[in-house]
Amino acid sequence: MPTLVSHPDEVKVVSRRFGMGATDIDKYIELDGYKAVQKAIENGPEWIVNEMKASGLRGRGGAGFPTGMKWSFVPKVSEKPKYVLVNGDESEPGTCKDHVLFLHDPHSVIEGTMIAGLAIGSKVGFIYLRGEYRYLLKIVEKAVADAYAKGYLGKNIFGKEGVDFDIITQTGAGAYEVGEESALMESLEGKRGVPRIKPPFPAVVGLYGGPTVINNAETIANAPHILLMGGEAYAKLGSERNGGTRLFGISGHVERPGVYELPMGYSMRDAIYKVAGGIKDGKKLKAVVPGGSSCPVLKADEIDVGLDFDQMAKAGTMLGSGGIVVLDESVSIVEFALRTIRFYQHESCGWCIPCREGTDWIKKTLTRFHAGGGNKKDIDNIQYLAENMMGRTFCPLGDAAAMPTLGFVKKFRSEFEEYLEGKRVEHPLIQITPIGEPALAGAH
Amino acid sequence: MPDVNFIVDGKKLTAPAGTLLIDACKSAGIEIPAFCYYPGLSLQAACRMCVVRIEKAPKLGTACTTTVAEGMNVTTESPEIAQARKATLQLLLGNHPLDCPVCDAGGECELQDMTFKYGAADSFYAEPKNHREEQKWSPVVYFDRPRCILCYRCVRMCGEGMDIFALGVQNRGSSSIIAPNVAPSESPDHMAALDCEQCGMCIDACPVGALTSGTYRYKTRPWEMNHVATVCTHCGDGCKTTLGVRSVNEGSEIVRGDNRDKSGMNGDFLCNKGRYAFDFANNIERLSSPLVRQSDGKLKPVSWEEALTFAGKKLRELRDAKGANSIGVIGSNRTTNEESYLLQKFARTVIGTNNIDHHRTADFVTLATALQGTTTADGKPRFASQRCVEKSPAILLIGGDPTNEAPLTAWNIRTNVRLNKARLYVANHQDIKLKRQAKAFAPVAEFGYAAFIDSLASANDFSTAVKAEEKLVVVVGNELRGGELAKLIAALPHAKFALLADYANSRGASDMGVLPDVLPGYQSLKGSTLASEYGAAGQSQVADAPGLDLLGMFDAASAGHLSALYVVGSNPIKRFGIDASALKNTFVIVQDMFLTETAVLADVVFPAANLYEKAGSVTNSYGDLQLVAKAADKAGVRSDFELIVRLADKFGHDVKTLVPFGKGLRAAGMSGDMGQTRGAQSGEADRHSVWLTANNLEPKLSPFDPFAILDEIQRVVPGYDKLLRLQLLSGNDQHIAPAASGLVQIQTGRKDLVLPAADTLFTSGSLTRFSPMLQDVQRHQASEHTDHLASAD
Ligand SMILES: Cc1cc2nc3c(=O)[nH]c(=O)nc-3n(C[C@H](O)[C@H](O)[C@H](O)COP(=O)(O)O)c2cc1C
Ligand code: SF4
Ligand code: SF4
Ligand code: SF4
Ligand code: SF4
Ligand code: FES
Repeated sequence: MPTLVSHPDEVKVVSRRFGMGATDIDKYIELDGYKAVQKAIENGPEWIVNEMKASGLRGRGGAGFPTGMKWSFVPKVSEKPKYVLVNGDESEPGTCKDHVLFLHDPHSVIEGTMIAGLAIGSKVGFIYLRGEYRYLLKIVEKAVADAYAKGYLGKNIFGKEGVDFDIITQTGAGAYEVGEESALMESLEGKRGVPRIKPPFPAVVGLYGGPTVINNAETIANAPHILLMGGEAYAKLGSERNGGTRLFGISGHVERPGVYELPMGYSMRDAIYKVAGGIKDGKKLKAVVPGGSSCPVLKADEIDVGLDFDQMAKAGTMLGSGGIVVLDESVSIVEFALRTIRFYQHESCGWCIPCREGTDWIKKTLTRFHAGGGNKKDIDNIQYLAENMMGRTFCPLGDAAAMPTLGFVKKFRSEFEEYLEGKRVEHPLIQITPIGEPALAGAH
Repeated sequence: MPDVNFIVDGKKLTAPAGTLLIDACKSAGIEIPAFCYYPGLSLQAACRMCVVRIEKAPKLGTACTTTVAEGMNVTTESPEIAQARKATLQLLLGNHPLDCPVCDAGGECELQDMTFKYGAADSFYAEPKNHREEQKWSPVVYFDRPRCILCYRCVRMCGEGMDIFALGVQNRGSSSIIAPNVAPSESPDHMAALDCEQCGMCIDACPVGALTSGTYRYKTRPWEMNHVATVCTHCGDGCKTTLGVRSVNEGSEIVRGDNRDKSGMNGDFLCNKGRYAFDFANNIERLSSPLVRQSDGKLKPVSWEEALTFAGKKLRELRDAKGANSIGVIGSNRTTNEESYLLQKFARTVIGTNNIDHHRTADFVTLATALQGTTTADGKPRFASQRCVEKSPAILLIGGDPTNEAPLTAWNIRTNVRLNKARLYVANHQDIKLKRQAKAFAPVAEFGYAAFIDSLASANDFSTAVKAEEKLVVVVGNELRGGELAKLIAALPHAKFALLADYANSRGASDMGVLPDVLPGYQSLKGSTLASEYGAAGQSQVADAPGLDLLGMFDAASAGHLSALYVVGSNPIKRFGIDASALKNTFVIVQDMFLTETAVLADVVFPAANLYEKAGSVTNSYGDLQLVAKAADKAGVRSDFELIVRLADKFGHDVKTLVPFGKGLRAAGMSGDMGQTRGAQSGEADRHSVWLTANNLEPKLSPFDPFAILDEIQRVVPGYDKLLRLQLLSGNDQHIAPAASGLVQIQTGRKDLVLPAADTLFTSGSLTRFSPMLQDVQRHQASEHTDHLASAD
């Protein structure tokens, strides 16, 4: 279990109750808990959506879609029930923030879910937890039960006649792909975790065919804070078009790895060198995988960039899910690329040809290459395969596999070539297990 | 939906809004490659072959999921698109065995075609391909996993199309695999297996050679076969089936049945029997020489001349000595309309008796009588076509179990409900499978259909809903006959009706007058013009009085009053459970493929061709008329048509009055020349006559040309007068509504005359035991069957 870290540069909003015993409902209430939802009941859906829009909050699941806008897409009247879905499937390697959130402040997710429900006119929310987070389920289930016991969930919540809200929890079965929103709905409905065709988008046809808002757990947990502090105040914490703060999981070769809450737009260099204490053991920085393993790698000289969705896009990569993986000079990029593709090959749901076969061939080629059986043509082939997956797959997982691969072979091509000549960075820590063994989903 | 305008490859196109781009392009003659898209099944967007460039979109889009929109500008072929498709193919081929030289699909493979088009022949993978042994899932379904491209067509065809859900996907990513519903651990031989309807629809849908047919695999190459489109002989639904035929020493042999051209009213569909149960034709027990009973009591092969002369003369002797009404004739529900017509004409004008009947499997006589002169609200005849079941917004199914007895009807009902949201109402004494598609179900007590009909008159939810339907098609099982059926028809005065019957031409046999009390087209024996025409053709006037029905003939035989019985393509001894001794004093002539329970009692047996070995037309239970084409040829057998004509000739009858052939082209009279003219016997009669008709020539060249009789049918059988010959010859179905006037009230027949075949998906009357495939499948189902089908609920 990761120990909590903190740094003076942090601006604590979603993490403000971390380490304060807020899993206990009374403690949570004492720390302003369940106030926002009551305010939401009083002020009504339009007000909630407007505050959310004003907050400039963008989805923390990876794509950065403006949350207020997403909520406003849900049709007012619907024949089928509407649903709120909390995406707690957090499986992207390098990402471990929702984990900390559920561990320290489960009620904020519950409260946020209720607020989303009030905003779109839904009476049921689902909290979907990653299969491997089963131990967190106990915490979340207890929190839900406590909320029911207090009359905060169920019928006539907070004593308000006709205001009902239920929360159902569910865990996955250990597939990264079900973090993708439509695959998650399939999974939740008890089917194979493969994505759905879009359109229709979940806001119109989602879970069980009903209009559905699906948000990342951290996104949802922000809602109570936004309603309490006001959307505009929240927006001001962040950068232009990137409201507020976000949890960053900084891992790899840094002195103080951990989950930090930093304002949007905060400098990546400072995040690594100031907040996380710089490169471990005084080694040199080689590269950074900035937002979870699917984001194209940044070289050591490319890290002077603000941590928000737009600045990262400008830098040719992505803010993603906020998992910053720092690699020092001892890392072999060939090995790192292999590790990464093994994950995506293992996690490809197999639905579409380019991703299913593409990840498999890149993995096979890289495995042989890494084992010393490579040749120059392989580097071209890997690049060719990745280029031909980009933008051609059914869901973004294919891109998520192709993008980092392309980043590695393009930015570190010389290292691949040197690898062929025997000049290898021998990595002291990571042992690559023989291929055929399934790689574990996710990494911490 | 309003039309929208859009541009594809520079062409201005228009299509209703909501049309899928891939379909809109296809209608405009622009073919977009697709592996996973399959019309009528749910969308997948999985293969990524259909990618196109849509102006303003950030990346290539899939034409199979994009709907056309006003102003859309699409490019379907460009170097960028070709590269995307090529790369996808390269990825597939990386693990593909490419054993095209031995693969069943070779030459008919969509992966081959695409590779040919996009040139993805180069491979740059050093790693070995994944290999897995092929699996036998059932006697008719095999799976070669490495060839599977995971398009999920089979899964959807089985689940959405068949409502069986026997196939699914196991594992994920590159280990994904199509798996059948019986896991190795549940199967007696510890191999994965299929417990299903064994329809082979999954095989037909498979774009590659991953699913192959147990009866066809490794037998031949597709280009070595002749592909003949004809109609299935088994149930009464009338599916078109394409038979792959190859030359062998004894003629030509059917090696495959499938549904490749999909031009029939069965669309995509074929059931197990339509696809595989042609193998009875090649059964070693097949008769190939005429047999005549010798003085020692044994049947012995003799020459055609000897057998025909003997049979003809004997029949003549008996007619002259004992009278025409001492002779009975039993027709078939699997012979063509032309043969059925000819047979009753033979009975009535050559022998001179109305003693003619057949194994009736539905009460078409009551249907025709009860519907006569009535119309739907919009003035249309009330005979429903198979196509009505496919299109009508509401269907009422009373009795029957189409899933087992009339699989195409079941398919059409399911598809109509699934794709068009048709409302299905089911009234049945059993929980038939189609209940799953039903909007409402009315349970009926066994033998309680009369009460159900009464309940339609009272106001209950079911009857109210049914009666509120403005365009209702009522499909009636064999539980209802006679008065009850008439009452039902009266109770729903505007609905269209159809009866479920068995075998390819039950309806045809009825329509053609293979009945003792009516002439073809249900016309009166008394006073109709046809009656007088027959009088002129025969020696004497056709008798006014109805003849003996099928059971009556056997009663007469038992009583010693039946001097001769001529049975064509029927096995009444077995079907009606008749004691063999009934025929001990009767001279019996049988035409059949096999030495059936009836044939063993005969004095003369003629080896007959089956429906796949002749040309003509058949009418399905619904009255849809279709052409059957000659696919195979078996040495030593003759068509029933030819046999009837030859028998008439040997009987001493002027054949020209039986078959009006050769008009205008040949000199009158045919003795000494049975007209072995090109076309009639070559198996190309139908095609030949297309040519002749197109050239304004008379197609009837020989007394064995069924089209000579088709002409007569068209001339004298009400309802059939409207058929369009060219439609028929081009393989289209046409719906026949028996004439709305001139029908007669039939004498109330014996109720037990209608004897449903009670066939299942894996039986087909007497043919069942001569089809090794059906035997195999029955054994397989018995050993693998757990409760998979039930658990699909
Ligand atoms: C392959 C794949 C995996 C994903 N996994 C997650 C995940 O584990 N957690 C998550 O919140 N979003 C994940 N997403 C993003 C979701 O599809 C979706 O965009 C997100 O839940 C929306 O919430 P947000 O708007 O609050 O970010 C994933 C997307 C893809 C394509
Ligand atoms: S890109 Fe295709 S194969 Fe990969 S996870 Fe998405 S749908 Fe599945
Ligand atoms: S499935 Fe097609 S490409 Fe594959 S081996 Fe068979 S014919 Fe060749
Ligand atoms: S053969 Fe069996 S598995 Fe294949 S479509 Fe028919 S019912 Fe389904
Ligand atoms: S078996 Fe054939 S139809 Fe089924 S998924 Fe594989 S390729 Fe497609
Ligand atoms: S046909 Fe469109 S993706 Fe397969």
